[in-house]
Amino acid sequence: MSSALPTEYLTPTGREEAWRFTPLKRIAGLHDPAVSVVDRISIELFGKARAGFDISTAKASELPARSITTDAIVQRLRSEVTEVLHLKIDNEAVVSEPILLKRNAGGSGEFSRTVITAGAHSKASVIVENTGDGIIGEEIEIRVEAGASLTFITLQEWGQNAVHMGRHHAIVGRDANFRSITVTIGGSLVRLLPTVEYSDQGSAAELWGIYFATDGQHLEHRVFIDHGIPRAKSRVNYKGVLAGDGARTVWIGDVFIRHNAEGTDTYELNKNLLLSDGARADSVPNLEIETGEIVGAGHASTTGRFDDEQLFYLMSRGISMNEARRLVIRGFFTEIVDKIGDEVIQERLMTQIDSQLEKLGA
Amino acid sequence: MAQLVIRDLEVSVEGESGSLEILRGVDLTVNSGEVHAIMGPNGSGKSTLAYSIAGHPKYSVIGGSVTLDGVDVLEMSVDERAKAGLFLAMQYPVEVPGVSVANFLRAAATALRGEAPKVRTWVGEVKEAMSRLSIDPAFSERSVNEGFSGGEKKRLEILQMKVLRPKIAILDETDSGLDIDALRIVSDGVNRVKGEQNLGIMLITHYTRILRYIKPDYVHVFAGGKIVEEGGPELADRLEEKGYAQYAKA
Repeated sequence: MSSALPTEYLTPTGREEAWRFTPLKRIAGLHDPAVSVVDRISIELFGKARAGFDISTAKASELPARSITTDAIVQRLRSEVTEVLHLKIDNEAVVSEPILLKRNAGGSGEFSRTVITAGAHSKASVIVENTGDGIIGEEIEIRVEAGASLTFITLQEWGQNAVHMGRHHAIVGRDANFRSITVTIGGSLVRLLPTVEYSDQGSAAELWGIYFATDGQHLEHRVFIDHGIPRAKSRVNYKGVLAGDGARTVWIGDVFIRHNAEGTDTYELNKNLLLSDGARADSVPNLEIETGEIVGAGHASTTGRFDDEQLFYLMSRGISMNEARRLVIRGFFTEIVDKIGDEVIQERLMTQIDSQLEKLGA
Repeated sequence: MAQLVIRDLEVSVEGESGSLEILRGVDLTVNSGEVHAIMGPNGSGKSTLAYSIAGHPKYSVIGGSVTLDGVDVLEMSVDERAKAGLFLAMQYPVEVPGVSVANFLRAAATALRGEAPKVRTWVGEVKEAMSRLSIDPAFSERSVNEGFSGGEKKRLEILQMKVLRPKIAILDETDSGLDIDALRIVSDGVNRVKGEQNLGIMLITHYTRILRYIKPDYVHVFAGGKIVEEGGPELADRLEEKGYAQYAKA
């Protein structure tokens, strides 16, 4: 795996390993230099400015990306985007309520770059809410400085025609904690790259995610944790539900433990629940290890159907089949949704999950 | 008064080597307020009887009838059977990750009563029932049966029986895996619900131990997929002495 090395910027054809699952026909030319894409900052702060953080824009040349990517869309947007949104959380600031960012994306192709800096020893939670029917290629680079603790939540509550190609890359500093929660429910085609690298020792990253695909939705998450520093920790746990004809999900979990990353502690997990025939879940955990001097490295992946015994148990107490299914699916997602820490958002997501089920007549 | 009537019930299960007949003509009538002990060796079909009445999809009824107050139970879906007043306390209660005990009980009570129970009285009702079964209140927030010990699972079954108010309850080896203290707590719970709600009970067990705490009115010996002998409580004493060997060829 040479994911950290730059390669030539080539238009994907669909034969590449990184693109083989993605329906390129449906990504509206975001990957194709022959199709022009609007360069616009589409994320804004929701609510009043508060103490402890600041939002500004900067010229792209003044705030260049600090990470290397091989992703063709991200490479292209980096070369085309002229202005970058910068959310800076002050050093040592403790921001109690989540910082809510909302995206208003237009109906034609757009590129957007965002940088989030969690200053040293700060503590905050950032939520990015995506709604509507945008066609968006985006990169969010998250710099978690020494001793900082950042929770980064993205909600893909897109309309049914949305196309979202995104890279959410965290650079986690010394003794810093990065936690991400990725929720993907809406959208026609969503392909996200939640990726992490460590810039110093003692750092930790937890990546949580849920996705729910129904008829014709393609929801793809390609996690990559690059352990290139000693004594860093990572945990990954993504759970998905698929239902309806042509519902498609892809989960890739790449973990790379480089030769110098002794003391690494990593575990990744992906669970999928298939509710109907005609849906397909790909789940590919992949662990590459260059040193044996580690604390632990493991992965697990399961894809299964409804547990009939659970449904029987609930129904034997008078609960209807539909309600039993609803309870089991809510239960499946609860472990991760509850980590968002905002009851209003949690309930809203659960309601959306219910309505995904209702669409199926379940 | 409720009456569960089982007539000539024949049930098979689909196995790897085809269909296997397990129940071969079971006759049994359980009225409100009665305790019927169903005793028999392992593999005699006792649990199949319990699951068939509750409507588990694994079992196919190939003959006979089950009615509750004259209404055909076998035509009902699993949830309809519970709504009609049947309850099965399972030998191996199922874990339901992410669904809290509190949510589960409320969803079940709402389904059975036709409307959500009033929050004020409901919370108190559940709390009191939990305390009487020595269930830690913190269990409300835990996922149903997940990480519960054997005894905790059985107590949760009886808690459900208490708050869901069935007419007829089938207790499938509720005593298995319980130490003596847990057995006493669970038995007290069953006796209390029976007294309060005039519950009819079908008590399935392998051992006579639980019958010291829950007094049966009738004892039925189950072997080879049907009832082979019936009597009063004295039959249990005889079984205690002689075991099931005498029925082995039944």
